[in-house]
Amino acid sequence: MELTNENVLGKIISEFGEENIRDAYSPDGIMTFTTNRETIIQLIKYLHDDEELQIRFLTTMCGIHFPDQKGSELCMMYQLHSLRHNYRLRIKVFMPASDPIMPTLTQVYATSNWMERETFDFYGIKFTGHPNLTRILNIEEMEYHPMLKQYPLEDQTREDKIDTYFGR
Amino acid sequence: MATEHKTAELTELEQFRKDHGLALHEEQQLTTLNLGPTHPATHGIFQNILQMDGEKIVDAVPTIGYIHRAFEKIAERRPFYQITPLTDRMNYCSSPINNMGYHMTVEKLLGITIPKRAQYIRVIMMELARISDHLICNSILGVDSGAFTGFLYVMQEREHIYDIYEEVCGARLTTNMGRIGGMERDLSPKALHLIGEFLKRFPKVWAEFEKMLTRNRIFIDRTTDVGAISAERALNYGFTGPNLRATGVDYDVRVMNPYSSYEDFEFEIPVGSKGDTYDRFLVRNEEVWQSLKIIEQAYKNLPEGSYHADAPHYYLPPKQEVYTNMEALIYHFKIVMGETDAPKGEVYHSVEGGNGELGFYLISDGGRTPYRLHFRRPCFIYYQAYTEMIKGGQLADAILTLSSLNVIAGELDA
Repeated sequence: MELTNENVLGKIISEFGEENIRDAYSPDGIMTFTTNRETIIQLIKYLHDDEELQIRFLTTMCGIHFPDQKGSELCMMYQLHSLRHNYRLRIKVFMPASDPIMPTLTQVYATSNWMERETFDFYGIKFTGHPNLTRILNIEEMEYHPMLKQYPLEDQTREDKIDTYFGR
Repeated sequence: MATEHKTAELTELEQFRKDHGLALHEEQQLTTLNLGPTHPATHGIFQNILQMDGEKIVDAVPTIGYIHRAFEKIAERRPFYQITPLTDRMNYCSSPINNMGYHMTVEKLLGITIPKRAQYIRVIMMELARISDHLICNSILGVDSGAFTGFLYVMQEREHIYDIYEEVCGARLTTNMGRIGGMERDLSPKALHLIGEFLKRFPKVWAEFEKMLTRNRIFIDRTTDVGAISAERALNYGFTGPNLRATGVDYDVRVMNPYSSYEDFEFEIPVGSKGDTYDRFLVRNEEVWQSLKIIEQAYKNLPEGSYHADAPHYYLPPKQEVYTNMEALIYHFKIVMGETDAPKGEVYHSVEGGNGELGFYLISDGGRTPYRLHFRRPCFIYYQAYTEMIKGGQLADAILTLSSLNVIAGELDA
């Protein structure tokens, strides 16, 4: 079976129902849709095990922060790849910043271990069931999650940093 | 193993061992060994806390992040063209590939098509970068197994590759090569001459290097079955690039999703079978030959035409026009100050980096900077399999495995 965005989406929706698979679009040719926390692991397992799809490679995953979307500020993006069919797929899960919990994917993909640690480090998303959810790139003692949009980089309008001290 | 009836009354030492998940063997003593972060044999800042049972590695806990520079965060504040210098600090052994990969991602977002000539020049530079990357990895593998000569010998050739970079973009290591929309200048006659010379000289050097190691009894014994991983595990761990191909999976982004006119060139994807250190060495060796083949084809068939796209909003105008032409001056100012807004969009683009699929996931909200830029760094992804690969082996094998994986600290920590 030749995989196209239409037939893959049709297959997924018939398996998981329209209420769980929403907002499908393809911004750059890669089909992107939104699902929820309850479905995501089952969905990725299904894509992995289905003999027709064979989407068995987790290319990458990352967090995204949208502070203006009230109630769904945080987003997890999973990008999968079927090496057999050369077909890529992107799945998003939105969650409120007050409840940053996601199920872990480590039992399906060993590679998600560090990616989840990185996302926890950057965005504070907690992965339930993760074998070792600690910070990976930043120091353990850090008290915030630096990629969240409320932490700006050095503010260019600061006045307490006098340029001559920094040779600029 | 302590006998069953004894476990009721554990000694203090046995209790300690039990608490720490160590075997209750009475004669067994585990040694904790700190490999790194600045051990000369790890070629970068990697720390591994090893649990050793004599010579055997029982467990390893890697610590990473020593040179984390928060590129993803910095990128959210910078105009698009100022992000290129961040990318070449990731895999600094093959920085042009990172630069071009990033440029192509932004071009995909902007919908710019690049002229054939620029694409061919990019291919030449990317393949030179791949050669210099594999050349370091394989010769370092020689050094770690006791053959120092080959390393210095091929290092000289890397120097020649850097001379070509210098002629093309002015820099050597962190190249910042090309621009969004093409190359910053055409290949000069000198650059063409240097590439031609390189193509003539390098095959002999590489054949000699290969001759020294490929059928070398000591080297084969030292690397066969060391740090092996099965194809299934490798895919589960997200391996890409030469390390995946060494296990027998022929996944190459250049063939699967051709970019920058790779579909025009004839080349093969070498694959291994066992996924051990020797296979990784062979795959990289063969890839160097394939890269040479690609460069030769691109060099011979270099099309005529412009070396950059007609994209005045993003591509800096020539300096003489800035001084004489009002529009060019405006564009120059707007580009340098980062005042040009990119369209809204979301793109993923990947290139075959030195170590595997180097991906860029870019979300633009229509502003002057990316809203989110995520790098898929192959090193970060496959280095987590390192623990599994060295367990049960010896310390010296762990060093060889690390260098054959070609983990680059800059890319690992970004």
